[in-house]
Amino acid sequence: MEQKGTLTVKRGLASMLKGGVIMDVVTPEQAVIAQEAGAVAVMALERIPADIRAMGGVARMSSLELVQGIMDAVTIPVMAKCRIGHFAEAQALQALGVDFIDESEVLTPADDKYHVDKHPYTTPFVCGARDLGEALRRIAEGAAMIRSKGEAGSGNIVEAVRHMRTINDMIRELHVMPKEERVARARDLGAPLELVNEVAENGKLPVVLFCAGGVSTPADAALMMQLGAEGIFVGSGIFKSKNPKAFAKAIVDATTHFTDATVIVEASKSLGLSEAMEGLDIRQLSEAQMLSTRGN
Amino acid sequence: MRQIGVLALQGDVDEHLAALTRAGVRGVAVKTQRQLDAVDALIIPGGESTTVMKLLRRFSLEQPIKDRVTSGMPIWGTCMGLIVIARDVADLDQPCLGLLDVTVRRNAFGRQNESATVDLPIAALGEPVFPAVFIRAPWIERIGPGVELLAERNGHGVMVRQGSVLGTSFHPELTQDDRVHRYFLHLLEKPGS
Repeated sequence: MEQKGTLTVKRGLASMLKGGVIMDVVTPEQAVIAQEAGAVAVMALERIPADIRAMGGVARMSSLELVQGIMDAVTIPVMAKCRIGHFAEAQALQALGVDFIDESEVLTPADDKYHVDKHPYTTPFVCGARDLGEALRRIAEGAAMIRSKGEAGSGNIVEAVRHMRTINDMIRELHVMPKEERVARARDLGAPLELVNEVAENGKLPVVLFCAGGVSTPADAALMMQLGAEGIFVGSGIFKSKNPKAFAKAIVDATTHFTDATVIVEASKSLGLSEAMEGLDIRQLSEAQMLSTRGN
Repeated sequence: MRQIGVLALQGDVDEHLAALTRAGVRGVAVKTQRQLDAVDALIIPGGESTTVMKLLRRFSLEQPIKDRVTSGMPIWGTCMGLIVIARDVADLDQPCLGLLDVTVRRNAFGRQNESATVDLPIAALGEPVFPAVFIRAPWIERIGPGVELLAERNGHGVMVRQGSVLGTSFHPELTQDDRVHRYFLHLLEKPGS
């Protein structure tokens, strides 16, 4: 008997990406640079988050012609983004054959109330979360992988740190909590009791947890891995830097050896005097400019 | 007590460590040559083969692993690990360690939408059939002399052994069935047989 699209194979692909770096790319050439640097997967999109932020307007699913071109250019898995709740975009991405769908707050939400019901899909989904309740709601909807949201395109790690710490603090709290408090906690989290019990018992999410939104240096990557990320998404940090090839390789090395400061030193030195992307002060962003508050 | 290493540059390392614990042995993550020197056998887990081959070279682990296997250390590659230990990759100019005399084809069963759990008969493990998890899996296209074919899916090789070198296209570590892990541990007892 053969079974496709099961939770095991969907969550399984996420497990294969652990300890790796997933890079945003906007052309097949960038995808090849990412693969050469050691990326475990690429996220194919028309514009990286820093440019989406700068351009304003409505950000939609990328041109499928472009996504196909990137799929043809590399042998590693290719991910692509659909708008929150835009199940027709998700259906198209699955039919195209991408390896993972990111239902992403970086694009303009299509539905201000509901996310995609991700269970019926053969293609696995990754979704963003700022806290444990949000993560468990996405898992309940069928997400096979979670990424802490951070603030995409900001070049500022502070939101990524806040979200990763929040998720892991809430998991630890649940893990030691008396059993009789779990029902009330599930209510407060807005998450199914079944998932709350699973996290309480195992002390971890039932799916892989990556970090996204703000990583722009090797040290940023090492920081997030030490805070409990199982891998790293880098959006604008590579192709908005002054030397994408060097940044891509340095961030991969730092992610692999995240507890070894000598590797972080070597990775950082390999950048020479090349500058990282420019960063934004999150406190200067208005509520409307924040991407991480989209979807809940 | 014997220690089984799991190459931990990237991939599903924890799943293998958990399976080793269930099988009653001590598993340790291996990222450096010093850690490699301390283990009695090595598992290369699932992950991305292009990434891990680059990291093996950047962090100078390629030659030490080849040397250990040449002097008899059992090694097992699952999916990505199979590609890494193979002789070569069909139609791709991708470097490999060349420890197992087979040619593999990457993503041969298709992209992620074709990933599947398959009931796989494996005579070496006996009954019942093995719940084999294939994820963007390779198959084995050419088998050298001295390599024993242990399992096939739709006519394509998916599990082979050459002395104490074992390769599987699928991921036993993603199941609760530890028979392939126990089979590998058995190779420590009678290497080369």
